[in-house]
Amino acid sequence: MIRISAALLSMVLLLGAMTARAQLTIEITQGVDNPTAIAIAPFAWQGAAAVTEDVADVIQGDLARSGQFDPVDRNDMLGRPSTEQEVFYRDWRAISAEYLLIGRVSGSEQLRIEFELFDVNRQAKVFAAVESGPASEVRMLAHRVSDQVYEKLTGIRGAFATRLLYVSVTRNPSGKDYYRLTLADSDGARPIVLLESREPILAPNWSPDGKQIAYVSFETNRPAIFRQDLNTGQREQLTNFKGLNGSPAWSPDGNSMAMVLSKDGSPDIYIMDLASKRLSRITQHYAIDTEPVWMPDGNSLLFTSDRGGRPQIYRYDLRSGSTERVTYEGVYNARARVAQDGRNMVVVHQSNGRYHIALHDLLTNRMQVLTSTDLDESPSIAPNGSMVLYATKSGDRGILAAVSVDGGVKFSLPAREGDVREPAWSPYLSR
Amino acid sequence: MKQLPVVGKALTLLFTAAFLVACSGSDTKESEDAAAAAAAAAAAAQQEAERSAAQQAADAQRRLADAAMEAGTIFYFDYDSSSLKPQAQAALDAHIALLKTNDRSVRLEGHTDERGTREYNMALGERRANSVRDYMVVNGIASYRIETVSYGEEQPIAYGSGESNWSQNRRVELK
Repeated sequence: MIRISAALLSMVLLLGAMTARAQLTIEITQGVDNPTAIAIAPFAWQGAAAVTEDVADVIQGDLARSGQFDPVDRNDMLGRPSTEQEVFYRDWRAISAEYLLIGRVSGSEQLRIEFELFDVNRQAKVFAAVESGPASEVRMLAHRVSDQVYEKLTGIRGAFATRLLYVSVTRNPSGKDYYRLTLADSDGARPIVLLESREPILAPNWSPDGKQIAYVSFETNRPAIFRQDLNTGQREQLTNFKGLNGSPAWSPDGNSMAMVLSKDGSPDIYIMDLASKRLSRITQHYAIDTEPVWMPDGNSLLFTSDRGGRPQIYRYDLRSGSTERVTYEGVYNARARVAQDGRNMVVVHQSNGRYHIALHDLLTNRMQVLTSTDLDESPSIAPNGSMVLYATKSGDRGILAAVSVDGGVKFSLPAREGDVREPAWSPYLSR
Repeated sequence: MKQLPVVGKALTLLFTAAFLVACSGSDTKESEDAAAAAAAAAAAAQQEAERSAAQQAADAQRRLADAAMEAGTIFYFDYDSSSLKPQAQAALDAHIALLKTNDRSVRLEGHTDERGTREYNMALGERRANSVRDYMVVNGIASYRIETVSYGEEQPIAYGSGESNWSQNRRVELK
C-alpha cells in the first residue's frame, strides 16, 4: 500500500468526503441457538501513538457478526483486566462469560497487539499470541486477532481480515445516476471509492492473490472489462469487443481470466491468457452462456446457460472438453460461486416467482434455500466458506445481506444512502 | 429519393423541346428569339419542377418523420422474452421507412427488469436489441448502420418492484 500512485491517491483524497455516506452498518438479524458467551475486555493502550481505534470493539463486532458468539456487554463487566495477573475468574463466571479475551496495544508507527484468551469454566489460559503491523492498519490487526480467536474456538479459519468490493448507485432523478466501486474491510469499515462513473459499473471480482481486481465499466459508452492493481492504482482495459464484454473471473493460478463475449454472435464463454491477451473460445452455442466461475482446482468452469430453455448451471471440463448440466431443481438457477472446498456452490435460485440464494452440494446434488428475502442476487462466499454475502432489496433500496452456509446466521449491511449491490468477498489476504 | 426519376424525365423532355425549337428555325432573328424564349421557358419549367419535387420530397420526409416520432422510440417486451410484439413491429416499420430516406446510424439499447441475475440480464438485453436489429436488417436497413448495446437491468426507467414498473423496464430504446 506504500506505492499508491499519485493518480489513485488524488482520487482517494477527492472522494474521501463521500466515503462516509457509502459506509455500511451491520444489523444482526439471526444467530445460532446457543452462541458462545465471550467477554472481550477493552485492550490497554500502552503505545506512544494516539489511540485511533477501539481494538476490543472491532474484535467484538467480528465475533458477534459470525453469529456463533454472544459478546458480553462492556457495561456488565466487573473488571477491566489487561494482564493475566488482573484476571479474576469469579468476576467472569458471575456474568456467565465462557471465555475472556484480554490484550495490550503498544508501539507507535508499528503497533504490537498482545492478547490472551482464557477459558473461564476451566480457569485456564487457552492461548496467547501477538499481532503486529503498521499503526495505519490497526483495524486489520484487530481483525487478525479475531481470526486467531475464531479459529481457536471453532476450528475454522477466520475470515475477518479480508475485504469486500461492492458497487453502489446513487440515483439522481434530474440526471444520470452515480455508480461507485468501493473497497471496504469485511465489516464495512474504511470504505474507499476506487472508481466513480456516470455509466454502469458491474461484476467486480478479485484476483486469487487479492492484489488486483477486475470489473466491467461502461465508461466508454459500451461494456469493457478492466483490471486494476490495488497497490498502484494502475488500470488496464482488457477487452473492447463488439457486444457483451462481461463476467470477468480470474483463474485460480491468476494467469488467465474467463469472461463472456458475444463478438461471434451469441454470448459465449472465453478464456483470455492475461500475458498474451490470446483468447480461447470455451462454449459455442446459440443460447446464452454466461457467468463463468472456476472450480478451485482450475480444471473446470461452471457457467449459466439457458440452452435447456431456462437458465441452469452447467460445468465445462477443461481437460475433456465435455459439458454437463449441474442443476435440475427449480426453473432458474444462475450465477454460481463455489467455496474453496469445491463442494459448496451457491446460486441464485427462483422458486414460486421469488429469487433466493440457495446452497447446492456438488457431492450429493442436494439443494437448500438459504434466504427468505426476495430479489436476492450476486452471492459471494467468504474464503473460509462460512458465510455468503449477497445483494437483496429492502423496500425499494438495494442492500447487502449475509447468511451462513447452514442458513443459521443472518445479518444485513444497510448503507445510509443509495443502492448497494454486487458484493465480492476477497480471498485470504497476505500481510 | 423516389421523386428524382420523375424530375429527370421532365428535364429530359424540356431539353429535348428546347433543342428541337432551336434546331427547327433558320438563321433568322425571329428564330433566334424564339429559341431564347423556349430556352427561358424550359429553364423556368425546370426550376418549377425541381421546386415542386423538392417540396414533395420534403413533405414526404416530414410525414415519415412525424410517423416515426408518433411511433415512439421505445419498444417493450414480455418477461424473459426477446420476441417483438406486433405494436413494436408497427412502430419499427415507421422508423425503417424514415431511415430509408437518410443515411443516419442508430443505436439500439437493450434493457431488462430487475429480476434474475445481472449478467444473465445483460445477455437478455442484448438478445432484445439484436431482435430489433434483425427486424430492421430484414426490412432493408444495412447492418453497419445499427449499433447494439445492452445495459441489462442497470438503467431502469421505473424504479421499484412489481409488474407495473417491470413492464416499463423490459425494453429496447432506439437512439
